[in-house]
Amino acid sequence: MALSLREYRARIKSVESTKKITRAMELIAASRIIKAQQRAQASAPYARELTRAVSAVATFSNVDHPLTTEADDPQRAAVLIVTSDRGLAGAYSSSVLKEAERLAEKLRDEGKEIDWYVCGRKGEAYFRFRKRSIVRSWTGFSDQPSYDIASDVGHALIDAFLKEQGEERDVDEVHVVYTRFRSMLTQEPTAIRLLPLEVVEGTAAPEEGDVLPLYEFEPSAEAVLDGLLPQYVQSRIFFAMLQASASELAARQRAMKSATDNATELIKKYTRIANQARQAGITQEISEIVGGVNALADANAGSE
Amino acid sequence: MAGSEGALQVELVAADRTVWSGHATMVIARTVEGDVGILRGHAPLLSLLTDAVVEITDEEGDVVVAAVDGGFLSVAADRVSILSERAVLAEEIDIDAARAELERVPDGEIAEGETERRIRRAEVRIRAAEKAR
Repeated sequence: MALSLREYRARIKSVESTKKITRAMELIAASRIIKAQQRAQASAPYARELTRAVSAVATFSNVDHPLTTEADDPQRAAVLIVTSDRGLAGAYSSSVLKEAERLAEKLRDEGKEIDWYVCGRKGEAYFRFRKRSIVRSWTGFSDQPSYDIASDVGHALIDAFLKEQGEERDVDEVHVVYTRFRSMLTQEPTAIRLLPLEVVEGTAAPEEGDVLPLYEFEPSAEAVLDGLLPQYVQSRIFFAMLQASASELAARQRAMKSATDNATELIKKYTRIANQARQAGITQEISEIVGGVNALADANAGSE
Repeated sequence: MAGSEGALQVELVAADRTVWSGHATMVIARTVEGDVGILRGHAPLLSLLTDAVVEITDEEGDVVVAAVDGGFLSVAADRVSILSERAVLAEEIDIDAARAELERVPDGEIAEGETERRIRRAEVRIRAAEKAR
């Protein structure tokens, strides 16, 4: 019994307050997931309509667009990583970063250099700690991404993509790594290639048998495509951010739940040890008294 | 779509939400080429919009007014979708905020780039809000 009863009691108290905090965080994350999912659902119609429109143009006009053309000899690739701003979400950020490193390795094997674009403080800190350079980073919105930020990120990536080879910061491919929200229990880090665009492939591709009508384009198919594609890119980035935020909250809820469970376990364990210590103290006191009485009795018996 | 034979199915969608959706008899919007009115049976059309007011006449004859900033209009098989990153219904517009936005730019100064866009947006909002009155 290394510690006294008082010290065990203090420990129990501190674990109890930790438990209260983790429990609160768990509940907050749980309530926010619902909101995050609602936001993701609310943005679905826009993505769906946009995908329909883009596939319509792509199907009914043979227009080549800079955003859909592959570079002959890709030299550089941009990778956008969507991480969280805050920790305490278990392996959430590290698994996205791991997935990003895997992708980076693959790209390097193909002979491409990589420009990093990072969302979220955790990702930024990861790169800063390793003294690796980031082209741009955006922080402060991971649990509530707005369309404005997605459009800002989209602009930056499209600008980099549209630069000619040889220009500074030119990239020939753009990839996005984010965490896909499958369900409350599973979220998986996913890497997708954003640019050059492969149209039809998408989150809300039109269903089969959904015949696309013969469209009139105003002012022209090229102009419509010019306007549509950047928005399509932005909407996909927005989608990735929304998914990432729902995943972050789910990961946090799970991490905090296991922290709460662990705290409960710890409290139980410390309570047992504390009780043992208390009992040991009592036993010792009794045996001291009994010993003292015996010694007195012995002494008295000897003197008589 | 029971009871709505011969109506347009209209969806006005912003990037993060559906602003208005329902059946309508007519949609008026301003594309980069000029105003277009869409009735039932319109040919499939995909067009770019400018910062302007969109009017949707619903089946009861009430007019829904909204302000959009850019975006698209797509018409196919009596389905009209209006997509705009930021679309707002007239009754949601904070007219005072839009006016304040407009007044922030000093008179006589030629606005360019982002400022010009902001002014145009504010003007559209004010127009939409006044039209809805």
